[in-house]
Amino acid sequence: MARRSVLGLFREPEAAAKAVESLQANGFGENEYEVLTGTPYPEGAFGEKPVKHRLYVFPFIGGISGLSVALLLTIGTQVTQPLVTGGKPILSLPPMAIISYEGMMLGAIIFTVLGIIFESRLPRPAMGLYDRRISEGFVGVLVSCEEDRLGAAERALRDAGANDMKHDTSGGSRQ
Amino acid sequence: MEARERLTEAQINEDLLGPTLRTPRWFWPVAGFLALVVLAGVVSFGLMINRGLGLTGLDRPVMWGALITTFVFWVGISHAGVMISSILRLAQAEWRRPVTRAAELLTVFALSTAAIFPLIHVGRPWRLLYWFLPYDFPRMVWPNVRSPLIWDPAAIFTYLSGASLFVFVALLPDFALARDRTRGWRHRLYSVLSLGFRGSLRQWKLQAIAGILLSALILPVFVSVHSIVSWDFAVAMSVDGWHATIFAPYFVIGAVHSGVAAVVTVMALMLWLFGWKRYIRPEHFDSLGKLELAVGIGWFYFFFLEVVFGLYGLGGPDLAMKQMQLTQWPWSLLFGIFIVTAAFIPIPLWMFRRVRRSILAMFLVSISVNIGMWFERFLIIVPGLARKQPFAFSWGTYSPRPVELIIVAASFALVLLGLLLFTRLFPPIPIYDMKEGQVLHQDLQVGRRRVPGIVRE
Repeated sequence: MARRSVLGLFREPEAAAKAVESLQANGFGENEYEVLTGTPYPEGAFGEKPVKHRLYVFPFIGGISGLSVALLLTIGTQVTQPLVTGGKPILSLPPMAIISYEGMMLGAIIFTVLGIIFESRLPRPAMGLYDRRISEGFVGVLVSCEEDRLGAAERALRDAGANDMKHDTSGGSRQ
Repeated sequence: MEARERLTEAQINEDLLGPTLRTPRWFWPVAGFLALVVLAGVVSFGLMINRGLGLTGLDRPVMWGALITTFVFWVGISHAGVMISSILRLAQAEWRRPVTRAAELLTVFALSTAAIFPLIHVGRPWRLLYWFLPYDFPRMVWPNVRSPLIWDPAAIFTYLSGASLFVFVALLPDFALARDRTRGWRHRLYSVLSLGFRGSLRQWKLQAIAGILLSALILPVFVSVHSIVSWDFAVAMSVDGWHATIFAPYFVIGAVHSGVAAVVTVMALMLWLFGWKRYIRPEHFDSLGKLELAVGIGWFYFFFLEVVFGLYGLGGPDLAMKQMQLTQWPWSLLFGIFIVTAAFIPIPLWMFRRVRRSILAMFLVSISVNIGMWFERFLIIVPGLARKQPFAFSWGTYSPRPVELIIVAASFALVLLGLLLFTRLFPPIPIYDMKEGQVLHQDLQVGRRRVPGIVRE
């Protein structure tokens, strides 16, 4: 069965939280609804479960990758250009340590940023159902479900006091 | 904390996105003037390439002058930006909200400008290629890959990349906001940059963690960068007066001293130019002033140690350098200007609450600090080189020539122009952060008083 979406817009965050509660009570799973806001609210403000993510793994992978590339670069350049300077060994540790440190940190930062984008489920080529009023203070509750359950979702949103509703097929909004 | 006005999200959008979406009347004349100064710098650089480094005041043994001084100065300015932003984010300091982005932007533009200076200084920037490729196989001439001058670009590249990514991640929600409020080419630009950010709870959560995680990662890089810049001097074999183990922390804290002052300068300019009285308030300048006071005293302590170590060690080169800086004309005059403007004026003034809460006073003091800190770097670099060295067959003194002065002035115009053009495209205050401040803001009744409080998780 085709999946359909409905977006309820709420002026008050309390009403949006009530809508989420109602959706949960009607058996809608976590992956079937999404709360959209223009402001970061404290976690759990809409009765949602804590977000699970693996962002903390990314800096470690990045750090190790950056360190490896930096070591390869420093060892590689010194071995291919074996110039003895000041009687010091070809693979001299102090200059290698600095380049390796910077490489490690650069790798960690780049991978962290990639991790943030990936874990935020970005980039999104299509915006999907969205309303610009969300960035003006409205709270959006977006429900994506099987077509036969769309009515229940709409009822839950309307009963909680949605100020407006939008559907993905019509493209317009209806009260 | 003072009582604060309650603002709606629409009001915050209008106030903070307004100058980005509508061009203020003063904008193009100011941008045009700054662009002319930058153009003068480009022409001067062109002359330097065409006629050679003889146009500068550089001569043996002083081969580092105003241009390298300005390089160190801008690296220093770039330091406070991400440091302030990171420390305040990690400490969850409430007054960070209007400060962070301006501070981060200062890092990006100051560091980009700093990175140009070594290329201008060498006079033949295309020879940068030789850093990557050995250029004289038959005579076995190679670049020294272990030189401290290789560490510098590595550190600056890491810091600039990290700071730019930091700014980009923090801008995602504001790109999305701008996307929702624009049409035409701007809408297309913000749509691409926002990557489809919609403000889901997951995205906000990741955004909050990103701020903390990137702050924790970038702070060690911040410390390393100016340490490495100081090692350009401290590790140099040929100049005895620079061999000081205290140089790394002294440079780092000096960078913070000048950088925080530059953040105050930018904040005051933003307040005056955009009229953001509701967002940038005296309490923010007060907090920055307290931070400056602590940093300024710390920096002065390191400065004192550097002088005392130089005098107390009774080493010939150190004594000669200190004697030159303190007693020999014109260095003694420059030293006087430096110590008065960087320490004796600002540090006592920051002790007064009235000064810290006066935006004009804070602005003037911040300018004074950076005049002093430019001279500080000049006094380390030039007298260090200007002395007679062993085996020196000729030596002389140094004074900057017009081409150098024009390029130095152009660098200030370039940083300001960069910041100004940024505000035409993107908001210089994190709008979502300001909105979060409003959501978490609660007025509390304590006895007979109603005090503003902040809910914190």
